[in-house]
Amino acid sequence: MTTTDAGVVSAAAARGPLAMEAAGLTKDFSLGRGQVVHAVRDVSFSLHAGAVVALVGESGSGKSTVARLLAGQERLTAGSIRLNGEPVELSSRRAFRRYKSAVQMVFQDPFASLNPVHTVRYHLARPVRLHHRASNPAEVQNEIRALLAQVRLTPADSFIGKYPHELSGGQRQRVAFARALAASPDVLLADEPVSMLDVSIRLEILGLLDDLRTRLNLALLYITHDIASARYFADEVLVMYAGQVVERGPAEELTQSPAHPYTQLLVASAPDPDRFGRSLRAGIAGGTRDTAAAATPETGCLFSPRCPLADDHCRAEAPVLQRVTPSRAAACWRLDAAAPDVLAGRQGGEDVTG
Amino acid sequence: MNLTLHAGEVIGLAGESGSGKSTLAYGATRLLRPPALITGGSVRYSGRRVQQPVELLELQAADLRRLRWREVAIVFQSAMNALNPILTVADQLADAMRAHLQLPKAAAQEKAAELLDLVSIPRSRLRSYPHELSGGMRQRVMIAMALAADPEVVIMDEPTTALDVVVQRDILTQIMELKERLGLSIVFITHDISLLLELADRIAVMYAGQLVEVGTAEQIQHEPSHPYTRGLLNSFPSLHGPRRKLAGIPGSPPDLHSPPPGCSFLPRCGYGTKACEEIDMSLAPVASSADLRHVTACPFVLPGTPDPAPRAAADADPPGPASDAVPAGAIAADADPGHEGELAK
Repeated sequence: MTTTDAGVVSAAAARGPLAMEAAGLTKDFSLGRGQVVHAVRDVSFSLHAGAVVALVGESGSGKSTVARLLAGQERLTAGSIRLNGEPVELSSRRAFRRYKSAVQMVFQDPFASLNPVHTVRYHLARPVRLHHRASNPAEVQNEIRALLAQVRLTPADSFIGKYPHELSGGQRQRVAFARALAASPDVLLADEPVSMLDVSIRLEILGLLDDLRTRLNLALLYITHDIASARYFADEVLVMYAGQVVERGPAEELTQSPAHPYTQLLVASAPDPDRFGRSLRAGIAGGTRDTAAAATPETGCLFSPRCPLADDHCRAEAPVLQRVTPSRAAACWRLDAAAPDVLAGRQGGEDVTG
Repeated sequence: MNLTLHAGEVIGLAGESGSGKSTLAYGATRLLRPPALITGGSVRYSGRRVQQPVELLELQAADLRRLRWREVAIVFQSAMNALNPILTVADQLADAMRAHLQLPKAAAQEKAAELLDLVSIPRSRLRSYPHELSGGMRQRVMIAMALAADPEVVIMDEPTTALDVVVQRDILTQIMELKERLGLSIVFITHDISLLLELADRIAVMYAGQLVEVGTAEQIQHEPSHPYTRGLLNSFPSLHGPRRKLAGIPGSPPDLHSPPPGCSFLPRCGYGTKACEEIDMSLAPVASSADLRHVTACPFVLPGTPDPAPRAAADADPPGPASDAVPAGAIAADADPGHEGELAK
């Protein structure tokens, strides 16, 4: 069991050994004229082999930036990343390439992430050679076949010579997975891997990811705006708001009894056929507030302009992520009002299986 | 296919991309451009201000122009692209009203301000350009624009797809309030059937260019008949309530250049039999339902029919022999016994 920040035991830790550890990740983007965007603020978590950690938040919450930081595509403003216990250091090309063999990323849009003028073979042969899985042509061909079988594009020979435009969205995303797996990574960063796909095939692709991480013992970071899919798919969920982790906990627990007011808002907003009382169709007036217009404040809790519970303390001092139960943490001063039952520890305990 | 929208009703059109939901809506308002061609059918419209039913497909261009926006308005998908980036909000709204209502400029500007009130955007935003607005606000401007000429029917094509869930709920609440207040009839097009279950009075499910099931939201939710409808409902992870067993729909939608014979859903259907290759996909009332308006294109599967035994589904498009190492179909179940196999097919 590994203890990460705020003294919380990650729900993912039960699955396997620590693979990657992010501590105090911070990223500022300078806009010039002294203006700075704080895209990611002091985010810490750990990824474990065979486990899924979900990063949930709205667009602009910094979840993709976290993935880019972990993938080595952005420089950290502050914080550190450790891979298999070793601090990550990317100063040389060789070090970067070695890091890339261990940490791979899959992007949201399979229409944009594959080169339209190259075949599936080309997309897979390059990483197979670059990451030294095989060198002679026959071996490369065999590796490609094995990769395609792994993502269930079978029979492999009918896909190997195809161009991206000949494949459906789901098939393209499978090729993108195969390309990431070509490096035999320890860690897979999946940035909204299914949100561009049709609803009827999303589950297939999530099922494939689920299968891959178990079979290959991958540590998986699943980035999504869909908290319902995180409930089913992830071991641990981290909820981000304005670059900060506002709540973390085991997936089932967190979605069923959210503690932070923002998580509660997210959960309440998700469309759900199983919900009783169809407020929308009944035409009940829910005061329309302009959510996006509320700018992030300079001081105090970042969520306070939108929070129904915010008081003077919230507006004056920013809350930090604090342990609520052994496996959960939230950044909120008003947890006594927001989630009394969670505080009382009724949902607590070491149950991390979700 | 046939579909009726009654006054004051919200009808939801659900289906995946390429199923023809937008084509249906644009066809009904004659917005399709060549090479699209409406080869047959009829669209009849009758409203409060229209004395006798109008046949939309036979209207002359000038009459059609009068009908659009004043009687039937559309909120297009992706407000990002539908708004002109170099015009202010006030100018865009005024432009639409001057074109369709022949209002003088000053009156149009005043009406534009009123429209923003209607969708709860502060009037100070009139002078903003689209890029200065958030996604939710842009979408509200689109809705305001559609309401400019006080239409009776509003067609909404994926109005909230690109938005975050919290903003999405705000917009939907607003739409439903406006509907009550202004007595709108709404055609709501989306791929998200879980939204429709909360929102629509009736739901029409489309697959491969055809309606496969039409019923009230309750019927679709609790007594879905068509296998595709069932598949769609099982494709959504639910956030509230107990964890359900989820099952996606194997395979991918058919190529409409060469649709399979008989039922177009057959290649992906778990209930399929030999007889399915011969049926035509016409809608008929669900045999076990008391409501004749609950119709389905599948004569074989009834609401009570138990789920089929999982078969080794044709996972990839060209169904071929699965490799020995990785059997297609049932996978996750044996992969991880500790994970309860929710994602198992």
